[in-house]
Amino acid sequence: MALWLVQALNGIGFGVLLFLIAAGLTLVFGVMDLVNLAHGVQYMLGAYCAVVGAQLTGSFAAALLIAVAGALAGGVILERLVLRPLLGRSHLQQVLGTYGLILLLEEGARAIFGPAPLSLGLPAMLDWSLRLPGGSTYPVYRLFLIGAGLVVALALWLAIDHTRTGMRLRAGAANPVMLSALGVDTGRLFGLVLIAGAVLAGFAGALAAPIVSVEPGMGGAVLILGFVVIVLGGTGSMRGAFLGALLVGLMDTVGRGALSALLGAVLSPAAARQAGPALASMLIYLMMAAVLALRPGGLLPSPARA
Amino acid sequence: MRSLVLAAAALLACGSARAADTDPVKVGLIVTLSGPGAVLGQQARDGFNLALAERGGMLGGRKAEVVVVDDQLKPQLAADEAKRLVASDEVEFVVGPIFSNVLGAIFKPVTQAGVILISPNAGSSVYAGKECSPDFFVTSYENNQVHAVLGEYAQQQGYRRAFLMAPNYQAGKDAIAGFKSRFKGEIVEEDFVPLTQVDFQPDLSRIAAAKPDVIFAFMPGGLGVALVKQFRQAGLADQIPFLSAFTVDESTLPAEKDAALGLYGGMTWAPDMDNAANKKFVADFLAAYHYVPGSYAMQAYDAGQAIDAALNKTGGSTADKAKLRAAMRAADFRSPRGPFKFNTNGYPIQDFYLVKAAKRPDGLYETEIVQKVFSSQADSFAQECPLR
Repeated sequence: MALWLVQALNGIGFGVLLFLIAAGLTLVFGVMDLVNLAHGVQYMLGAYCAVVGAQLTGSFAAALLIAVAGALAGGVILERLVLRPLLGRSHLQQVLGTYGLILLLEEGARAIFGPAPLSLGLPAMLDWSLRLPGGSTYPVYRLFLIGAGLVVALALWLAIDHTRTGMRLRAGAANPVMLSALGVDTGRLFGLVLIAGAVLAGFAGALAAPIVSVEPGMGGAVLILGFVVIVLGGTGSMRGAFLGALLVGLMDTVGRGALSALLGAVLSPAAARQAGPALASMLIYLMMAAVLALRPGGLLPSPARA
Repeated sequence: MRSLVLAAAALLACGSARAADTDPVKVGLIVTLSGPGAVLGQQARDGFNLALAERGGMLGGRKAEVVVVDDQLKPQLAADEAKRLVASDEVEFVVGPIFSNVLGAIFKPVTQAGVILISPNAGSSVYAGKECSPDFFVTSYENNQVHAVLGEYAQQQGYRRAFLMAPNYQAGKDAIAGFKSRFKGEIVEEDFVPLTQVDFQPDLSRIAAAKPDVIFAFMPGGLGVALVKQFRQAGLADQIPFLSAFTVDESTLPAEKDAALGLYGGMTWAPDMDNAANKKFVADFLAAYHYVPGSYAMQAYDAGQAIDAALNKTGGSTADKAKLRAAMRAADFRSPRGPFKFNTNGYPIQDFYLVKAAKRPDGLYETEIVQKVFSSQADSFAQECPLR
């Protein structure tokens, strides 16, 4: 029983990390209908900036700040050079353009930092583990990650639902032409969203850097999960992204455990060993397919797009 | 008719050009230099180049010309490049590749052209047995052997309950099978994770709950970096012995750093080995490339040494095929790993060790020898190879 509780906590922890990644993706896709495959490399950029920041300053907090600054700078450059011209183009052109960015930036990272994985150490304050009842342990940094994710979620909710800019964003997502006719500079507004998306991705990358391997291909795996999350939650919906991220996180931990228990009960051990890993890695995609079939707009679609 | 004669003459000229001993010896080096596997290819390239540099750019008394090819971990691309190397570049040796699936693609194009192929890393069991070739040599090991080292060590230590982890693909399944070929205790769980796994926390929670005596993990590259860091952060590293293959080595230690200290691996060599050839190799490598060489670099260095030694025996000539093969087979060079021989199938006979991640006095990280696990071990497929 204790294991199930720990796994639920693990699921929430992973879900929050996914939310940090998916938040920027859903913002950009939802508001501007831009398929930004480069979100994964923006995440990578944040992680590399954090590693460099930690090497320069020796401080984890400073590394996070430098990562956000780096992601901001990268976001501004990409917005100007690549993403803005892609607005309003067909999805295929956006996919090709941002896929090009992946190749360019990944090879760029490899050229500058080398192909070997890098890493970011944790400050002593966060580098210990909590003893849980039942003898198992829980890394304190995971709790920090969950806290950071909840703060970001709260800040985004306040910014989108309770500020004037947020109101314009929602209006822009629903009807950009009308918003423009009302005298709002939608170009500037959309630029802001693209940059915010880049900063969110970079921040997620920096927070993930201490637990993952910082290497050129690191964005690929999380980008796919990010898309699953926003499809589950409903594109453009921040609340949907939060729910979707938690669902994917829980499905990946609790669901996987339940699946192997279930398979163990109905199949022979050998067959369960064969089918288990294959089915487990399909679980979240099966869930996505089920949601798409029953609620094509996602679980919590954005009202603006409904 | 006249053009046919000319073409035949040109062909003959080509043939004789290949055999001329005074021309530079041409070597094709096919390794992975882009994508996630690039760090291993870089080590191999640097190791091979070091063998050359130590000999003033000569192999067996002939000036060496190396054509480096990045296979991008794409078998079809590698096969095309291998054909190009033997046909139009007319290389006399091909060294490569890093990954077994690429070996499967270049094996036939190279060996069927009668060119010597030396693998500095990939050692599929396929070419150790029935499909062995007199033109194929391996300076690493047969893939199963490394996993068996850790299974044997776990068995010797009397561990009773083991938790096994590997990515869910063929090499992962081979790793688990290799470990189990020697370990006879209870398997608590065989944990196959997706190749794209980011978060190991759920797996670590299951380990903490199952309290196994020992963990065996095969998590190459970035997977290993993530696992090792999270394993340490979860507080398990001080509780459960961590045996691993290709998870804690010189390619991942620069990222794992202190998190990996005290974790175990299995290998044929470690940078701290105490012999003159190794001391020279490691010192020269550090001076030239400013990072600690891993097995990938050492094995490619030995591939270079093997070519040099063979050409020294034949007086620099590759014209007499039988003589060249015999000279290669003799392996008359000093490997940094100590005693080294080629078996009848071209795979090595060598010692295997348990190694442990450690911090060097200069602040860099390396694996260090803990104890010998197998002595003068040949792979178990060699009897099936018809070569004698």
